Formats: sequence, structure tokens, C-alpha cells
Amino acid sequence: MKKTIAHEFLKGFWEILPPFRLVLGLCPVLAVTTAVENGIGMGLSTTFVLFFSNVIISSIKKIIPKKVRIASYIIIIATFVVIVELVMKAYFFSISKQLGLFINLIVVNCIILGRAEAFASKNPIYLSAADGLGIGLGFTLSLILISTIREILGKGTFLGMQVMWNSYEPFAFMVSAPGAFVCLGLILALINLFPKK
Amino acid sequence: MREYIRMVAVLTAIAAVCGLLLAAVKKGTEKRIEEQILVNVQGPALNNVLASSTNDIIQDREEITVDQEIKIVFLGKKNGQIWAIAFEMTAMGYKGKIGVMVGFDLEKDRLTGIGILTHQETPGLGARVSEPIFTNNFKDRVISEIFKVKKDNGTIDAVSGATISSRAVCSAVEQSIVLYSAIKDQVVKKK
Repeated sequence: MKKTIAHEFLKGFWEILPPFRLVLGLCPVLAVTTAVENGIGMGLSTTFVLFFSNVIISSIKKIIPKKVRIASYIIIIATFVVIVELVMKAYFFSISKQLGLFINLIVVNCIILGRAEAFASKNPIYLSAADGLGIGLGFTLSLILISTIREILGKGTFLGMQVMWNSYEPFAFMVSAPGAFVCLGLILALINLFPKK
Repeated sequence: MREYIRMVAVLTAIAAVCGLLLAAVKKGTEKRIEEQILVNVQGPALNNVLASSTNDIIQDREEITVDQEIKIVFLGKKNGQIWAIAFEMTAMGYKGKIGVMVGFDLEKDRLTGIGILTHQETPGLGARVSEPIFTNNFKDRVISEIFKVKKDNGTIDAVSGATISSRAVCSAVEQSIVLYSAIKDQVVKKK
């Protein structure tokens, strides 16, 4: 099959939608999705890192020696993660306080290293850019989906605004860690009912 | 051999470029991050311990040198007159350093109150030292009092199950009283 930009971009939204199709990068999915705001912050940070690491790795793939490729990828990914962390602290302090350590943990998010190894190191720059952006935005949407369910059921709010009726008793289980697993599992099962293509 | 040299050269080059880039970003965001921390971390505690001030406390801060160390002191003013000062003091808690903002009334030599800025104490136990029920222990107390938890024959009600964290806060307050006595004259002179 011929590779087109559109295909590489769109596959991140359904065909290999992370984290449901590619069951990778579950740590942020489970940890930060207690509120929609955090989900958006985490998703966009990951997208930024994924896009730039894919572009840079793809553009220097020919000069990186095979034996030290993983080390090189990690240096590049870590650089962008620290940039995100600093910029977020400077301009979005409240979100950076909420996400805390999980921003730094983007370095070890398997999705990013996975795309670098499986895609960016073998494909031209423009396809890698489309791949990074698509996967990143797909990941963001998934985080928004999970955090919307968890925030509405667990706190009765959406982006901090009250959406449930007044006497709604928050289902606190949903914002605790076991709730994250249950929610992820149910969506995973639901999505797998539908074919990939 | 050539392969090894190439590996070393490429990795060094990548690390150098990344390092340079990070240094630039760090430099560019440093000032703003400092401000954000002042507004978001120090700010609420300052507004609490120097509550009746009429000035912008964060803007009115001064660096005072004590024993060759620079300490940032926040000044609370009423009608243009400095009535109280506050500064941060840290002490070792159960898991890490606890940062305590301590406010002093210059005229009455009293604590105006304290606020916990940063800590890594156990949630539900030690972390409760940041709650008003504990910090109110220090409100409006004369500085000549001895600030110790009741277990150590003091007067402070420790958070139950968190004696170590409570002790740490007490020791931060006691240290800050020593510092306050040392710098009070410097501050008064500047008025």
C-alpha cells in the first residue's frame, strides 16, 4: 500500500488509536485523567513532544549509528519534554502543578519511543510529521474521552463546571485509581467490537 | 574503531545541541517561572499571614544579607508604613523539606501567623500540617514563647499521628524567630 500523508495522519484516530488500539502509554492515561483539564494538558504536551521528536529523529536518522539509536532518541525526547515542562510552568502554572511529575514522565511514554523506533527512523520527514501529529491528537482525544467520563461520573463536573443535577451524589470510585482501570477496560472492550478498518 | 569514534561523535553532538537548546529555553523562561511561583505559591500564604496589609506584598520584597546569606523578606505595609515582615524558613520533615512562611508584627514582636508553602508529607497525616487547624496554633503569639509540641513539653497541638511533621514546623518557626531578631533592626532602619 502506498503511504500518503492523509493516511499516516488519520490512522492515529482509529486504526492504531492510542491507547486503545496501541495499548501503550497507559501510565498517563490512568494517572492524570481525573479531570478534563488535565487530560487536555497531558494530551497536548505529548503531541508536542511526539511531533518534534518524530521530525528531528526522521531528519537525522541517517547519521545516527544503529547501536546508539535508542540513547540518541531518548536524549532528543527528553529535551522536548523539558522544554514543555519549562514553558508550562511559565505560562500555565496551575496545570503544571496539577500534572506535576507526569510531565517529566512523558520521557518514558512508550508511544513516543515506539513511534520513533517503528516509524520515524524508517520514513521520510513529512510522513513522520503527519504520523506524530495524528497519533498525538488521537491520544489527546482518547484522554479527553476517558477524563470526561471520569470527571462527570466522579465529580459531577465538566471542566470544573457543574453538569449533573444538584442532588447528584459523586461516584468517587471513578476518580480513584481502580476507576481508571475499569473505565479504560470498558472503552477498550467497546472499541474492539468494531473492526479496525 | 571508526565505528566507535562515529558513535561517540554523534552522541556528543546530539547531547551538545540539546544542552544548548535547553539552556536557551531555561534562560528565556526563568524570570517568568520565578514570578509565577511567587504569585501562586508564596502569594496565597503571604496574603494570609500579612492579611491586613494594603500594599502589593510580592512587589515589596527586599533582599537582606545575614551571615553572608541572602534572604528574601516580604514587607507588609499599612498606609505606607511597614508594619510586618514575612519570610520563608525550611525544616526537615518526615519525607523532605517543609517550607514555612512566617509573618512577624514589627511593633508588637508577635507572630502574625504561618503558612505552609511546600511539603512532601504523607497525605492525610503529615500533610495536614498545612491545614488552618494546625497553623492557627501560631497565630498572634508572642515571639518569646517556646514553640514546641505538647509531647516535648510545649504548647502546640500536634497533628495527631504526625508528630515529626508538626515538630518540623515548630523548628522552622523557632529558627525564623532567631533570624527575625537578627534582621529586625536592619528592616526598621530601612523604614
